[in-house]
Amino acid sequence: MITEAVQGRETYLNASYGIKSWLFTKDHKRIGLLYLATITLFFFLGGAFATAIRLELLTPQGGLVSSDTYNKLFTMHGVAMIFFFLIPSIPATLGNFFLPMMIGARDLAFPRINLLSWYLLVIGGLFALFAMLVGGVDTGWTFYTPYSTTYSNTWVIATALGIFVAGFSSILTGLNFIVTVHRMRAPGMTWFRLPLFVWSHYATALIQVLGTPVLAVTIVLVFCERVFHIGIFDPALGGDPILFQHLFWFYSHPAVYIMVLPAMGVISELVSTFSRKPVFGYHFVAFASVAIAVLGFLVWGHHLFVSGQSLYAGMVFSFLSYFVAIPSAIKVFNWTATLYKGSISYATPMLYAFGFVGLFTIGGLTGLFVACLGIDVHVTDTYFVVAHFHYIMVGGAIMAYLGGLHYWWPKMTGRMYPEGWAKLSALVIFLGFNLTFFPQFILGYLGMPRRYHVYPPEFQVLHVLSTAGASVLAAGYVIPMAYFIWSLRYGKVASSNPWGATGLEWKTASPPPPHNFDETPVVTHEAYDYSTVMGEVIEVG
Amino acid sequence: MASEAHAETLALREQFDTAAQQKDASTLGMWIFLITEVMFFGGLFLAYTVYRSLYPESFGLASSTLNEIIGAANTAVLLCSSFTMVLAVRAAQLGQRRTIMLFLVLTIILGLAFLGIKGFEWTEKFHEHHVPGPTFHLEGTAMQGQAQLFFSLYFAMTGLHALHMVVGCGIMFYLLWATYRGRYSAEYYTPVDVGGLYWHFVDIIWIFLFPLLYLIDRHLK
Amino acid sequence: MSEHVDSVKTYALVWIILLILTAGTTAVAHVDLGPFSVVVALAIAVCKMLLVALFFMHVRHSTRLTRLVLVGGLLWFFILLALTMADIVTRGWLGVPGK
Repeated sequence: MITEAVQGRETYLNASYGIKSWLFTKDHKRIGLLYLATITLFFFLGGAFATAIRLELLTPQGGLVSSDTYNKLFTMHGVAMIFFFLIPSIPATLGNFFLPMMIGARDLAFPRINLLSWYLLVIGGLFALFAMLVGGVDTGWTFYTPYSTTYSNTWVIATALGIFVAGFSSILTGLNFIVTVHRMRAPGMTWFRLPLFVWSHYATALIQVLGTPVLAVTIVLVFCERVFHIGIFDPALGGDPILFQHLFWFYSHPAVYIMVLPAMGVISELVSTFSRKPVFGYHFVAFASVAIAVLGFLVWGHHLFVSGQSLYAGMVFSFLSYFVAIPSAIKVFNWTATLYKGSISYATPMLYAFGFVGLFTIGGLTGLFVACLGIDVHVTDTYFVVAHFHYIMVGGAIMAYLGGLHYWWPKMTGRMYPEGWAKLSALVIFLGFNLTFFPQFILGYLGMPRRYHVYPPEFQVLHVLSTAGASVLAAGYVIPMAYFIWSLRYGKVASSNPWGATGLEWKTASPPPPHNFDETPVVTHEAYDYSTVMGEVIEVG
Repeated sequence: MASEAHAETLALREQFDTAAQQKDASTLGMWIFLITEVMFFGGLFLAYTVYRSLYPESFGLASSTLNEIIGAANTAVLLCSSFTMVLAVRAAQLGQRRTIMLFLVLTIILGLAFLGIKGFEWTEKFHEHHVPGPTFHLEGTAMQGQAQLFFSLYFAMTGLHALHMVVGCGIMFYLLWATYRGRYSAEYYTPVDVGGLYWHFVDIIWIFLFPLLYLIDRHLK
Repeated sequence: MSEHVDSVKTYALVWIILLILTAGTTAVAHVDLGPFSVVVALAIAVCKMLLVALFFMHVRHSTRLTRLVLVGGLLWFFILLALTMADIVTRGWLGVPGK
């Protein structure tokens, strides 16, 4: 299929055949594709749970499922989407594929550990999937104690084990990326010549390495308490359930930056390429990425405002939470400034980038609402928070992921996707997304609690709008699946640089040879130097 | 000479350009891994800090039932094992195959001795009904729950540490076998080096566990 | 490959000091220092950690990056500790139940 296009040239796809050549590969590009397949499965699994949730919420009395089942639905939706889709998504697919190429390396520092990371995600996923199939788990993706340790009768251990194993997948990926960026850059590729995609993945890797182990030990403690009844969260012994929440959110807040930083890295690439201009304020954007990673570790207590945490700690965390918004805002300003006097193209990746900037801004601003201790007391555990984080994770991260997938698709596969259908789905996704989640801001502000499937009748109109939006959104996600697969056989053959982009990955063939470059590149230009691609023919615009 | 160059060429992975780059990358990778371990154990140290600050008397009483002499002796055993480990690494730097093996064997023996002493301590705790669970009882206090928290942390922290020791001994056995097979030389001994880093890290964890678990309010006893 | 090979004497000296510190911390634990007991115990433990890290783990001869990684890791543990303890320690300051 794809290989016909390359006319006998060796690529990473045709260099070897057979299932063993994929399951035992050390090639970061193949591992990126293995991840792509895996996380896509979990995305649709999480989406199935979301569909069930939205259907249940069509009517005030519910009726499709029992309360217990509903608890399982939103728990498993969260677990699947967060741990098995969003956390790996961009770093493990696009990061794995392109980070080495962008720095001019032949592979990551530890290719076998990279493969191990994928196996760990799969094994963890199987544990979680097993739990979902044999009865589910109903604690909420946040596993608060003492419900998760003592009272829940669902498959907590299996799910927690799955997350534990997947956590090590994340840790090892982060470790690999850090060592790679420090030690594997091609000659001339200084830190400040790195694409901003690399900076953001480096910052993400810092979070993965510093935060995830705390989640791991927390899961071990929940496991011990549930299985051996060695309770350190058990109030009957003098244990503190809020300690669990501290430990849990110490990871889980930075985790949201694991989800959004790589997305921001993608956006930097897209905005530059499709304005045909260097990113405005490169250094600011690079430092802002690291700042987000660092500051993101200082704010976790804003998830504990109403938990029984001391008021003074709450004030400290609220105050610190405002700071973490600053570097994100700097990035939004810089992307916007990049557009000024740029040569703007409205290719599909750029449409996703525009979508990201707008929706992430809304999500980020509403983050400031909830960072305010006084407001959060009223909107916590309502749909306001649900809308806030979906604006960032779906309106932001997933749109960036799709944008990146479209942008780098020709490089990965040697084929172009159909531009017309792609633009249409981007539009459908944007409209569907807003119809789904904007009503939820209103619902939450009016008092609709989250995790409830029965609600007062006056909320029904907004819920119906939200569910209608969800159907549109679902359609929007299915269409790209179809045309991406279609393009593998029938898509237009892509050149090495269909977008006229800068970056080392565009200097090698599409799809790339197994070792990325025929010769190790020597870098002499700054990042986003469009004078180096003056003569490139831009195929899509 | 030729066999050393051979060892180096065999060991150089294709993603690296030079042996120095590979060694740097491996060492950095191990250090980052150790940092993840700091955060992993860190959660337990946090729990300990929280509960000791909340229940100082119960923690003091519970801690006093641990045998500090055995704890100190075990600490000494581990410190000796770190000494033998660093001598093994030194021998590797000098390409002294037999010496590497000698010191790795000594390290393993000391590591296993540590584990044996730990097992003895735990058995004692079991007989004294200090293992958390339905049979738990600590004399001299009404705050059984708080005392149980101490022992939960004691077993969790020393247990996790012991697990890391077991893995460490496994690593030492592998290094011993690989050294025997002539895999290492003065030009290439990175696995011994990073194995040593791991071993020393596990020792450092115990350096903190000993005073925190064994030496609370000893002056009161 | 030019590399520092420390002498056996250096390592032995560090080892002896570590053993002395271990005996020391055990002995000092029996002296009533009030709230400073834990400070002294931790101070000795930190000294032992530094000796192991600097000499046995060769941090003395290591790159700036290695040291940054080490310091960063310890700092991150302290962030976890400090901000959580900020909650524990300030509970009840307001005199209102649950705050």
